[in-house]
Formats: sequence, structure tokens, C-alpha cells
Amino acid sequence: MKKTGAQVLCESLIREGVEVIFGIPGGVLLPLYDTLPQYPQLRHILCRHEQGAAYAADGYARASHKAGVCLATSGPGATNLVTGIANAYMDSSPVIAITGQVARSVVGKDAFQEIDITGITLPITKHNYLVTDTRELAMTIRKAFYIAQTGRPGPVLIDIPRDVLQEEVEFVYPEKITLPGYKIISRGHTVQIKRAAKLINEAERPVIIAGRGVAISQAYNELRELAEKAQIPVVSTLLGIGSFPENHILSLGMLGMHGTIYANMAVQNADLLIAAGMRFDDRATANVSEFAPLARIIHIDIDPAEIGKNVPVDMPIVGDVGNVLKTMNKEIKQRDHLDWLSQLDRWRDEHPTPDNNQNDKVLPQYIIRQIYEATQGEAIIVTGIGQNQMWAAQQFVYTKPNSFISAGGLGPMGFELPAAMGAKVSCPGEIVWSIAGDGGFQMTIQELATIAQEKIAIKIAIMDNGYLGMIRQWQEMFYQGRYVAARLWNPDFVKVAEAYDIPGIRVEHKEEVIPAIQKAMDYTGPFLIDFAIEPEENVYPMVKPGESLSKFLEGPRPKIARSC
Amino acid sequence: MTDAEHILVALVEDKPGVLTRVAGLFRRRAFNIHSLAVGGSEQAGLSRMTVVVNGNSAVVEQVRKQLEKLVNVVRVSDITEEARVSRELALIKVKATASTRSEIIQIVDIFRASIIDVSPNSLTIEVTGDSDKISSLLGLLSGFGIKEITRTGRVCLTRGMIRS
Repeated sequence: MKKTGAQVLCESLIREGVEVIFGIPGGVLLPLYDTLPQYPQLRHILCRHEQGAAYAADGYARASHKAGVCLATSGPGATNLVTGIANAYMDSSPVIAITGQVARSVVGKDAFQEIDITGITLPITKHNYLVTDTRELAMTIRKAFYIAQTGRPGPVLIDIPRDVLQEEVEFVYPEKITLPGYKIISRGHTVQIKRAAKLINEAERPVIIAGRGVAISQAYNELRELAEKAQIPVVSTLLGIGSFPENHILSLGMLGMHGTIYANMAVQNADLLIAAGMRFDDRATANVSEFAPLARIIHIDIDPAEIGKNVPVDMPIVGDVGNVLKTMNKEIKQRDHLDWLSQLDRWRDEHPTPDNNQNDKVLPQYIIRQIYEATQGEAIIVTGIGQNQMWAAQQFVYTKPNSFISAGGLGPMGFELPAAMGAKVSCPGEIVWSIAGDGGFQMTIQELATIAQEKIAIKIAIMDNGYLGMIRQWQEMFYQGRYVAARLWNPDFVKVAEAYDIPGIRVEHKEEVIPAIQKAMDYTGPFLIDFAIEPEENVYPMVKPGESLSKFLEGPRPKIARSC
Repeated sequence: MTDAEHILVALVEDKPGVLTRVAGLFRRRAFNIHSLAVGGSEQAGLSRMTVVVNGNSAVVEQVRKQLEKLVNVVRVSDITEEARVSRELALIKVKATASTRSEIIQIVDIFRASIIDVSPNSLTIEVTGDSDKISSLLGLLSGFGIKEITRTGRVCLTRGMIRS
């Protein structure tokens, strides 16, 4: 049967299991929007900025392991997607970006709202397509979803000219695709795995570093089996948070610039690192030449280009983390590592979490901890960038996969609100908290309208310190306190929310924190809390840029002794 | 690690934009591509690309792996260390008068090059060989006055296996 390109697109999306599209219409997309009502199983969520649509698709994908779809028109619609696509690329998120393009006859003629979006997104997509033949549209969509979701996932953009959407073709959804240049090594080399297992069996001070690859591969059980069988402590990267339950006795929390001191000390003193699905980002390794000086390194990653990119490794294993660990666990001997674990316990006792509860001020750490208490960890936390992100990473206790959604690689402020929106749409049964800074919140604030219109019941917590907080912290620490362009004048966020028909409350005193969180949780719809936090609160511990992980700054506040 | 010349040979899909994708990865690493040649291969739908770059081995290896990741790139090999045959082609338009013409023709013969165009005041010479050969010929011809030169990129294949 003949179908228009627009119908082919919708039919193909449905066959790929798509249920939601985050998009904004535009001139060249009108044939598609005119077709959408024929497919009520495709829910279109009208965003207010294409960047928001891209973050929402990303948040949707990270919370659900399904591809997230965003849709934008040609020209400015497409260029507005760019930051969101780059973010998905940096964090290996399967986002499908569909853009309208001007009609084929005027492509290359600087037509109204024409832009070379495949050219622009070349270095920030896993792959991209310009569809010039309507008969290839279905095949292109099939390939795009396959590429986006397999191997190391990543965004794929499909640029579709207006007249392709209108042209009628015979519709057959392809069963098979051929991609001669697309190779996935998922099994892992058996000999390498055996050698790695031998290293693990012989190690005295092993540490596992869990990255986002563990979540992508859904290798939680395999990771846990390895850790428990050989009694290996686990640290996670920022994006690895949630891959291993943080309330587990073997969890040391996050490593890196703002990681726990004992996680960093464990890495720096380890004789063996098992790096699983991570890429040795500079925020995780700190000064890379002084990283883990005593350790041999086993690196498991599905992307061969990550092996040896930042850190030389002793035992590379290219493959899917879950597959590799499954094979490896059979070779692993039971160990107890009593000396090593008691050494780690001593470090934990010497460097415990600062006591933020005894302070009378409205401390962001206290707020995050109270959100944890109120939800009992049963929530998806979506963060912005900067101080709010680090506090959210440090203070909530993540025990479930995908419970922490954060933009780690690109670090785009304003990610939190649209991404939380996407996460809530993909997991409507979950409680979703968007943790924002007062700077980043203004960058995607327009999505409050989307949230109100679509009744997306997320809870928004603004860590409002009247500063671009991390900028201020760095200016305080490294620029002798010369604050330049760090101070923010802010609108009344509660009034802003009310204008969007979203109820809100401002919290200025510590005793109001818990009731406000409870009020937000009790309310059925979206709710905003503007927390007037201690303005010059810093994120600790901290490894200064350029320093080794062993050289950390601890916060000035008194410590609590760890209760056993 | 010091920079050295590397020769990468890539088998790529013959599709629009592939050259840009490949070149883009070199640009990102701030590599100056010394030469690049693309043309059909023995397999329909696939082209073979020869890229000559300067860089240290670790960085070139990283670029090679990144190239392998491109969906349109089927295979990439660094053949720098392998036994190989390499050729370049150059067309050289050199000034020639009645008095210099025969001397130029002698040089061309020695280099087993050929003359492909003649005019009253110039000769156009076609020469193939490795870079050194072409450079030496250019050196000899420069005295006569070179009007124009065009050179292709280097094309390389590894040598066939020798059975004992």
C-alpha cells in the first residue's frame, strides 16, 4: 500500500516501539504534524524550546533504556537541538533526533530556514542521515534506531526534506539491514578475560570502578556478583552512580574531583583496578599522570577507542560489560581481602561525611538528604550542572539502577528540568525530583509550560544561592575571592511557577525544609520549592584541578563519627 | 613520542559525506593531512582511501580507532610498518624553448616519465613514482622554469604475500 513519507515515518517509529515524541512544529514539518493525528499511539509532547525537547528525549532514554525521540523543524529548530544532541553524544545516550529540511529542490540554495544540520552535527552524533530518496526513509529509520541503541549507544539524527514527507511510496518495513562498517564486539576475548580473572584472583588491594557502561549494559547483578564473590570494594564514576547500591557494605561512593576521600584513597592505593564501562574522564581521574600509581588496570569497554585513550591499561577487554563479567565471574575465586577492607574502613572513619544536620542554616546537603529520607531512596533524581549536581550526587543514597540522571560529559546547565520531564514521562510510576541551581533553572525555565500543559508531575527543588555557585566557589578558591559575573539577580521563582499554574513554596529556614518536601510529595501534580540555601556554601571534598586524587581538600565543618 | 609519517589505508562506503566524516576526525586532532587519495576499490560500493599524516604513534592509533567507529568506514589499517608499494603522479608544465627542449626530453627519459602535451613554449610531463623520485625530477626541471604543477596524493597497497 502506498503511504506518504510522513506516514512512513510514523509507521516506522511505531514499529521501533516509540510511544512519545518531544517536539516543536515548524513550516517544513507541517505535512508530518498533519499526519500525526492518524497515529494516536504516538504521544506528541509540545516543548517550548528544541533544546528542552532534546534533553527530554535524553532523560526519557536514560530512565527507561529505550530510545528517546525529539523532533524539530529545519533551520533554527535544528540548530536549537545541537546542545542536547552533543550532551547525548558525550554521555552515550540513545537519542533519535528527527529534523525537517527544506524541499530537495532548494537544498543548498540558502532557502528560508535552511541549515546544513547533518554537517553541523557530524562530530556530535554517532551517525546521521539526510534522506534524499523517500523509498529509503523506512530503511534509514530502522538503521538509525539500531545504531543508536546498540554497542556504545549514542544520538542519531535523521534530516528529512519537506517533499519527502509528502511523496507517496510503497511502504514495507525492512526486516534486515546491512551496515558493512558497523561492528560491535560484545562478547569479550575469552583469553583476555581469563588473564584478567587471574589478575583479580591474585590482587591484594583491588578496586572496581563502575561507570555508565554498567547501567547501559544492565550488568548490575554481574557487577554485584563479582564484588561480593571476591570482596572487592566498588567506587563509581558520576554517571556510574546507581550501578551498585550505595548502601552496600562494599560501596565507597563516587570517586573524582568531588568524590569521597576514601573512594579516592582506595583508587590511589589499589594494586588492581577493574574499570567497568567507564572512560577515565578527567573529573574522575584528576591529574591523570598521578592516577592510581600502584595499580594494574583491567579496562572493560565496548568501545575499542576508549582503551588506552586517557590511561594506559594492562589488560584491555573489549566487550559488553555484562557479557564480560558473566564469563569472568566463573573464573573468580572467593576472597575476603580482610586487610584491605579494614584499611578502607579506617579511611572511612578518618574522613567521614561532615555533619550537616547540626547546622542551623539551610544547607543544600541537608535538603538533598531530606529528599532521600522523604522518598526512602525510591525516586529518580535528575540534576543540573555544578554545585547542585555534586550535592545531589553526594547526599542522596542511590540504591537502584537509573535512579540518578545527570549530564556528566558536556555539563550543560538547564538539563535538569526537561530531562526530569522526559524521565517522568517514561516512568510515570516513579517519583521524579529535578534538582536545579538558580542559574541553570533559568536556562530551560520555559519548559514549565510544557510540564503544566502535559501535567507532568515532577518535583522541582531549586538550590537558590543567588550565585552561579560553582563559578563563585572557583573564584573564591582560585581567584582570591574576586567574584566576577557570579552574582545573580533572580525573579521570584514561586511567582514564576504560579504564573505557569504550578504551585510552589519558598523555604528560608531550616525547620521549613521537611514540611516543604512533604507538601511537594503530597501534591499530585508538579510542584516547585525554591530553597534559599546558604549562599556561600562550597562543595567538599574537592581535588583541585591539576592535582592528584590523593590531594584533597576537606570541608571546614566538624565531622560525625561513623556509627557502626 | 615523536611525530612520524603514518600511512592509513581505509576501505569506506562510497556515499556522500564520507570524505567529510573522515577528514573531520583528523581536523579534530589538529592533524594536517599531508596527502589524501580516494578512488574505487575491488569491491562495488566501496572506495579505498590512502591518508598520509604526521603524528605520534599513540595519537595516530587513537584516530585510527575513531575512524573504525564511523558507520561508513569498513576497515582502517596503519600500513606504515608494512612492506608496501606506493605511487604518486604529478603533471608538470615546464617552460621549453627550441634550445632547451631536447635537454628536457633527455631528463624525462631518464626518469621514465612521459611528455603528454607540447606547445611552442612549454612541455607538460607526466611522472609517476614515489615522492622522492618526483621531487628529484622537479629539482632538475626547476632550472628551466616550472609554470604549473599538480600532484595527486599518494596511493599505497601492501605487498602481496611471498610463499616460500
